[in-house]
Amino acid sequence: MTGDTTTAATPTATPAAPAGRVIGSGSSVLSRIPWTLIIFLAACAVPWIGTRYNTFLAEQIAIDALFAVSLNLLLGTTGLVSFGHVAYFGVGAYVCGILMKTYELPFIIAFPAAGLGSALFALVSGYFCVRLIKLYFAMLTLAFSQIVWAIAYKWNDVTGGDQGLPEIPFPNLDWMNSIPFLSDLKTAEQFYLLTVFLIAVSLAVLHRIVRSPFGRILTTIRDNPERAAFIGVNVRLYQLTAFIVAGAFAGLAGALYGIFSRGVFADYVFWSKSAEVMIMTILGGMDYFWGPPVGALVLVWLNQAITDYTEYWPFVLGTILLVLLFGFPGGILGGIDALWTRVRGMRRA
Amino acid sequence: MLEVAGISKSFGGFRAVSDVSISVETGQIAAVIGPNGAGKSTLFNLITGHLRPDTGTVRLDTRDITGVAPHTICRMGIGRSFQRTNIFTKLTVFENVQAAYLVHRGRGRDFWSRAETFYRDETQALLASIGLAGRERTIAGTLSYGNQKQLELGLALASDPALLLLDEPTAGMSATETHETIRLIEKIASERALTLLFTEHDMEVVFQISQKIAVLHQGRVIADGTPQEVRADPEVRRVYLGQH
Repeated sequence: MTGDTTTAATPTATPAAPAGRVIGSGSSVLSRIPWTLIIFLAACAVPWIGTRYNTFLAEQIAIDALFAVSLNLLLGTTGLVSFGHVAYFGVGAYVCGILMKTYELPFIIAFPAAGLGSALFALVSGYFCVRLIKLYFAMLTLAFSQIVWAIAYKWNDVTGGDQGLPEIPFPNLDWMNSIPFLSDLKTAEQFYLLTVFLIAVSLAVLHRIVRSPFGRILTTIRDNPERAAFIGVNVRLYQLTAFIVAGAFAGLAGALYGIFSRGVFADYVFWSKSAEVMIMTILGGMDYFWGPPVGALVLVWLNQAITDYTEYWPFVLGTILLVLLFGFPGGILGGIDALWTRVRGMRRA
Repeated sequence: MLEVAGISKSFGGFRAVSDVSISVETGQIAAVIGPNGAGKSTLFNLITGHLRPDTGTVRLDTRDITGVAPHTICRMGIGRSFQRTNIFTKLTVFENVQAAYLVHRGRGRDFWSRAETFYRDETQALLASIGLAGRERTIAGTLSYGNQKQLELGLALASDPALLLLDEPTAGMSATETHETIRLIEKIASERALTLLFTEHDMEVVFQISQKIAVLHQGRVIADGTPQEVRADPEVRRVYLGQH
């Protein structure tokens, strides 16, 4: 497929959509609808229009969405395959949980501290990881995540060991009771709204980072690290910075998850969680900023829908992955994008 | 401008480059020729920091740049293209060149602005000068081979180099494409007052545009001089030109 001059003249015929692109970007009507605002408002409305179980699922999806988007900064944007991303999620969950439960510090301190703690751990582990490439990089990230798991499992005095850290308190949300409509909600639902808000802000920040000059340079490393170095990019430094940013946001997601699930347990840091979040990212489409949230939505929903019928969830998950990798290498959004381009091409012809 | 002195590199006992010394003066167009496996690409990789030499030194002007990291060497004013085409395949043509500007002008620490707003005019102008105007929105990986080579030249030029190293800029091109590419390179080199060092298979091209030629054979320099001198050299005729 060679791009000819007509591709440049008609912006709608852009052949592919690299990371950070929005589906139907350019002239289409779809792109003028403020999708992110609509989804944010819909997410906020869940406690009123849905059941308590719906709210529970929505919160799970929102947290997984942030976790997966943070991973995609490495996977889709920088081209770094991290098999140990759950380590940073876990560090965030434990830091926030320990500060709030053991030290009784308020959420407003514990939450940023979780991000900071994960960023620091990402700095230390990333310093070693970015020195390796490809499979070796992936194995070292996995090794670090297993170290975190081992510490979480064995360091009884701090992490609670195999008993975990149950009964992490909710943040003090009394201020919400003075706001009309919000005062009727239960604490868990009020915390859900706080979670949705914090995740929306985090995603907005990540979106800006991906679209920034820094983000653009990350994509050059993904496409061709050798060439990136010879336009003057200090490849390892940028990879490490991306690693730290991704770790920090994973930590924030972890902090919210610990409170949401009313406890932090060593299970959360087990390596299979890294695989799960990676599947979400690939399922949604790692070439798109909103791919991982779509993957999170579909996977969480599928998980609960399927476990109603069968206990063989891993079997179903494996099948989905197989179909995905062979049938839709661009993930769900990649598939929709290709379909959309084809439909418009047909209308034009 | 560039001074390579007694540089050697072995890969597991095989001496790919052996005690090579070459120099390029400011403003010169110089070529390194030699049969496949003579060590041309290895020599380039030693100059640009992709490989570390076992012995010898590389100097840029008066600075010793031996073993300095590639990205630092790039910032010191050496641009290069690669033998295997080396572009950012998933980015658009515009984004490719613009990224090089972003890096070169130190915008990389900007986490917050929108990337697409920077250096639009510079990028457009550069794309026009390398013959890629009108292709801005094309995904680079979908360009024809010849266009990809042009784009790679654009990437090298965006970092505003004083010395440009081109590794077989016409490899795999048809006779017409080769001719056009060489004309383009000559034009850009004179417009920007570049010093040029390139490797090439095509003898005609080399003798046509270079002022100085070094001949590499089995990792050694066997001749070094003007095109006339090199053409007349009996050893060059024997090991290299004679085979054609």
